[in-house]
Amino acid sequence: MADKLLVNPIDCKGHAACAELLPEAITLDEWGYPVLDPRPLPPGLERHARAAVSACPTLALRLQRA
Amino acid sequence: MTAVTDSTESDAAVGLPRLLPPPQEKRARQGLEQHLARHGRLPYRDRAGTLIRDIESAGLTGRGGGAFPVHRKLQAVSDAADRYRRTPAVIANGAESEPASDKDATLLWLSPHLVLDGLQLAAEAVGADTAILYTHANRKNDVGARLREAIAQRQERGIDRVPVQLAEAPARFLAGQETALLSHLSGRAAVPTFMPPRITERGLGNAPTLVQNVETLAHLALIARRGPRWFRAVGTEQEPGSMLATVRRLDGQPKISEVPLGIPLLTLTGELRQDGAVLIGGYHGTWVTAGQAQQLTMDNASLAKAQAKVGAGIVITLPSDRCGIVETARVVRYLALESAGQCGPCLNALPRIAAALAEIAGGRFRKGTLEDVDRWSDQVAGRGACHHPDGTTRFVASALRTFAAEVALHKAGRCSAASKKPFLPVPQATARAETDWI
Repeated sequence: MADKLLVNPIDCKGHAACAELLPEAITLDEWGYPVLDPRPLPPGLERHARAAVSACPTLALRLQRA
Repeated sequence: MTAVTDSTESDAAVGLPRLLPPPQEKRARQGLEQHLARHGRLPYRDRAGTLIRDIESAGLTGRGGGAFPVHRKLQAVSDAADRYRRTPAVIANGAESEPASDKDATLLWLSPHLVLDGLQLAAEAVGADTAILYTHANRKNDVGARLREAIAQRQERGIDRVPVQLAEAPARFLAGQETALLSHLSGRAAVPTFMPPRITERGLGNAPTLVQNVETLAHLALIARRGPRWFRAVGTEQEPGSMLATVRRLDGQPKISEVPLGIPLLTLTGELRQDGAVLIGGYHGTWVTAGQAQQLTMDNASLAKAQAKVGAGIVITLPSDRCGIVETARVVRYLALESAGQCGPCLNALPRIAAALAEIAGGRFRKGTLEDVDRWSDQVAGRGACHHPDGTTRFVASALRTFAAEVALHKAGRCSAASKKPFLPVPQATARAETDWI
């Protein structure tokens, strides 16, 4: 079962650490807030995704079972 | 009360109005005695679940804008109450925050007892011991005093089994949004929250909570008395029943009509000029051209063809001496300022979109402005905690589609409007401080 990224847009303050650690699935909008790829996370990226989740200073990013 | 109700003899033939007083009592508020004489006593069921089945057969959907099937919410709250062994709460949502809408305030003014009946019956159906009526009562004339009087009268007569509390919503566009409402009633600012556990599971004080629009509850109170077949006598098979609509024609004054779902849109707007336009569903709604309007009926199945929705029943005809782009720009500025400012995409993109629209409205706008609006709209879609950015960008996109010819005129430094007088209602006061949300 593939995992899916989820951001709490209220908690997210645009630190952008996630986009740096997981550019394959997270890009930034023109104000520096993350845009998540809506597709399930490709296999092999779980470790990077978990790193991105851990790096969020406001704990706004989550990895959810799809 | 500014709103007048609009009904005709032909309505009476199909049993309308149902919720509002009959035409001969136009604008007469239904006191408790009149209410009981017209509708009869409150039909408590004393058996859990039977009303939910009737509401399902009736096919009643939420009249606050979402059109969600009412029986599913009732069932969800009832199930959650069993699962968690918690007594639920029921909230009547009358925080009609769309500036162009006046149907809930009118209903509360003219037929408060029907709403209060619905609140009691919904409370009984899910086994709630808490009932709250959430409105802008103290801001719109003195409907608050009237409601307090009605509640006291019912208490004295022993009609209400669950005591009803009145709660005042702040004058914010998002105050009626379900999670904002819950925040406010929990003692916090009336701002949306992100994916709480479902309110039907854990809402007020963590109890399973039913939130229904006041008009929805009024329909529920009549279905409880007259049954699903009566309810389905008007409306379409898929979208049965009647609905309250706030209609503004060229004079801009709101008229509240109770109409069957599925009536031709032109019944509400009257004849339209060929180059006319109609706004359906309010400021998160959709502009359509007169040509489209002629093909549409007031139900979601039909309105979907023009990417529109019934919403909370707002139908506004743009006068031919006004500019749809200028009007839209003014409203979008208001919507941007009404963002709760919690989510980055909404906080950043809505003011940019508003500024770009103001530029287009002002004429001779810079190359790339339209592309900017498109791109920002795409970026913001689905990225807020609530649907404010999505609703706003949908409204903007419909304006740029519907008024494409006007946009081209503006590009050339012209504008078709003969009058600069603002038409669409926009509140003057926007939120400046945290306390404006409380």
